[in-house]
Amino acid sequence: MKQNQATTVNYGAIGSGGGIRSLRDRSVDFGASDAFLSEKELKSMEAEVIHIATCMGGVVMAYKLSNVDSLRLNGDLIADIFMGKILRWNDARIAQENPNVNLPDLEITPVYRSDGSGTTFNFSEYLCSVNDDWNRDMGKGKALKWSAGIAAKGNPGVAGIVQQTEGAIGYIGSEYALTLKLPTAKLRNKAGNYVAATLETISSAANIDLPDDMRITLTNSADPNAYPISVLTWILVYKDQQYGNRTKKDAYDLVDLLSYMLTPEGQRVAAQINFAPLSTQALMKTKKLISEIHYGGKVLFPAKLDEVSLTTDSLTIN
Amino acid sequence: MKDKLFKLLLFVASASVLLLTAGIIYALIGGASQAFGEYGFWGFITNSEWDPRSATEEYGALSFIVGTLFTAFFALLICLLFSLPVALFNGEYFKGTKISSFVGSIVGLLAGIPSIVYGLWGFYMLRPLTIELGINAQGFGIFTASIVLAIMIIPYASSLSSEFLSMVPNNLKEGAYSLGATRIEVIQHISLPVAGSGIVASYILALGRALGETMAVTMLIGNTNNIPKGLADTGNTMASIIANQFGESDGIKLSSLIAIGLLLFIITAIINLIAKLIVKHMSRA
Repeated sequence: MKQNQATTVNYGAIGSGGGIRSLRDRSVDFGASDAFLSEKELKSMEAEVIHIATCMGGVVMAYKLSNVDSLRLNGDLIADIFMGKILRWNDARIAQENPNVNLPDLEITPVYRSDGSGTTFNFSEYLCSVNDDWNRDMGKGKALKWSAGIAAKGNPGVAGIVQQTEGAIGYIGSEYALTLKLPTAKLRNKAGNYVAATLETISSAANIDLPDDMRITLTNSADPNAYPISVLTWILVYKDQQYGNRTKKDAYDLVDLLSYMLTPEGQRVAAQINFAPLSTQALMKTKKLISEIHYGGKVLFPAKLDEVSLTTDSLTIN
Repeated sequence: MKDKLFKLLLFVASASVLLLTAGIIYALIGGASQAFGEYGFWGFITNSEWDPRSATEEYGALSFIVGTLFTAFFALLICLLFSLPVALFNGEYFKGTKISSFVGSIVGLLAGIPSIVYGLWGFYMLRPLTIELGINAQGFGIFTASIVLAIMIIPYASSLSSEFLSMVPNNLKEGAYSLGATRIEVIQHISLPVAGSGIVASYILALGRALGETMAVTMLIGNTNNIPKGLADTGNTMASIIANQFGESDGIKLSSLIAIGLLLFIITAIINLIAKLIVKHMSRA
């Protein structure tokens, strides 16, 4: 950050649970999470905490089938594969979605995360919203009780197994899979379109009515271009920044940083590492939330917040 | 005066190691108390459920205890097939020769390879072989993990056993030869019985290492939280579940993971105790 050289940000990748705990203890300035806080969690915080959306991500279905260039799946198929109800690639139900694909007579190896993860949360949240059996038997969470497949640690672990195992399919964070350019399945979205995960289709998921507090799951979005397993990712801060021994300067620096993330430059930086930019509506709602952060009643409105443009059209996404 | 100071220094150093051990045990028990309080000690170790979902949260260690013992003992069995011949080669047949020191140092090299490298080797080399052999479809599981574990513990078992074999008094062996015993008979009736307790101790040491091995096993065992039903099945070990799930856990789940750590400590202690008893029993006989 060229403009912000005077301020150093220390970010510890300790997991969102740890981040939320530290925010509750007020030992950090902000926490970050892929899952928004529940009403109960919000009440457990010392003061009002708000959700600042920073960018978007998705969960992709990466697969390894040597002679299959393009694969289409839907939520029900994914649910049944990961519950061990569909066992082979040439299953009639998979073939129905892929009429022109020569699917091999091969065992499916589902690969899931062995560690607790926001990726698992978003994946299971999506399946809960589209498949009743999954909702009843598997549920959603950062870790689940699995009945089929094998597990590996982290996105790299899952990606490693999928790349090395013929017939494997695994869910991976889009930012990781897009960087590696792994073959991924097109998923049928709510509107019935088959959509590949790209930064554009992930951003599209937020082209719907969003709540003012921005606490919303965007999986299975109704937008016709939306990739169905797309999510917002948030930074959590206290709305009133006057607490502990924080100075007004500290509070201003934090709001300045949050504003920077929403500027075209901030969003472009995110896109370079394959996080999808916020939709226009998401940007505007978040801009308003940032403008409401105060220091004991005094407004903190950094100049940078004015740079948050109304449109992301100027963004070049690659 | 100098002597006294040295004695004091020794006392302080030994006492602090004892304190450190006590502190670790205390911390483990403290951390595990929530899980044992919730499920009971026996309830925890006899339950094979591992359900981290908040609505139906329930934790038990049985799958991981079975996975740990299964991989470690199968690895020990495979290790025995290779390390005993190496030990006899180095400590009996070619004792003190250049070839024996060459073989010894090559085997010793195996001990210096970091476990992540074993994991990678297993992932890229052994796993395709497991698939080729038709053991299972993806090559992960107890079988693959145990083979890599076995290779990892061979140097521990073989170098110590050959040491003990070479310490067998020559006059005993010469006595047997003079009575007309063949080499096999000397090994069978003199060398192995005399060095027996030391050999057993070296295998226990190797077993202890196999029980606690984490990285290579995690990469190859499949990490499924179920009781493995056979060599082809996937599973999980105590060390590996801790390494995998420590990050995002808190509350009763964190406590259950610490409880598994405590159990691993207890199992290792029990095995060491058994080893001591065997050694004591054999050296008396």
